[in-house]
Amino acid sequence: MKVAITSTGNTPESELDQRFGRCECFVIYDTETNSIEFIPNPNKDALEGAGPASVQIVASRGVEKVISGEFGIKVKSLFDSLKIQMIVIKEPEKKIIEIIDMLNKQ
Amino acid sequence: MSPRPCRLRKVSKPPLISGLKPYGDKLKKENVSSIFLFLEEYEAIRLCDHEIMNHKQAANMMDVSRPTLTRIYTAARRKIADALVNGRQIIIEGGKIYFDSEWYQCSNCCCYFNNPGKMDGIKECPLCRSSEFTNVQQPE
Repeated sequence: MKVAITSTGNTPESELDQRFGRCECFVIYDTETNSIEFIPNPNKDALEGAGPASVQIVASRGVEKVISGEFGIKVKSLFDSLKIQMIVIKEPEKKIIEIIDMLNKQ
Repeated sequence: MSPRPCRLRKVSKPPLISGLKPYGDKLKKENVSSIFLFLEEYEAIRLCDHEIMNHKQAANMMDVSRPTLTRIYTAARRKIADALVNGRQIIIEGGKIYFDSEWYQCSNCCCYFNNPGKMDGIKECPLCRSSEFTNVQQPE
């Protein structure tokens, strides 16, 4: 299963980005192969429509869960209709590697 | 053989009010009972008569078939008519529904999550796999 995490940088030591649409970077983590992929967000400076465009990026990778600090109103309804689970973490200092560790822990 | 379980109706958000009360001098308060308008019936009235959708569109919104929507809508109108004519109080409550956005908060790691697969309930937090979580309206 693939999980998308919004990140403030492109290393596993980076912190979770509290915004979804305009985050620095997406981390696509595959729980089966244990692979981590970093995708820089092309919409991070977009004036409008960053949310839906970012949904398209993560949805095209076939993720089942998305982890971020916040989801906008348009993004929420899009993920709802795509049946992708949203997870909101309200801890800005949380590192990507810590989140991945949590996902791996059985 | 038990009948087929009823399909859950999708309601976009809970109504602002929890009911309506009649008033007037001729009203005999003692011998009229209240009417329970189900949330799915409230939603059908809202979509059809407030958002002015046709039954097909409204059925799509509530994730049920067109005939089912029409049945819910008819029941809603009958109840409202009964309340108007007989001066009954309307209480908006109950029904086989789920809300469009259902959120949970994990008591262990404090994260919020929703449940996209409505039919099968959530058993554990998707992040820390704790089974302690509570239902919340929206992540603040």
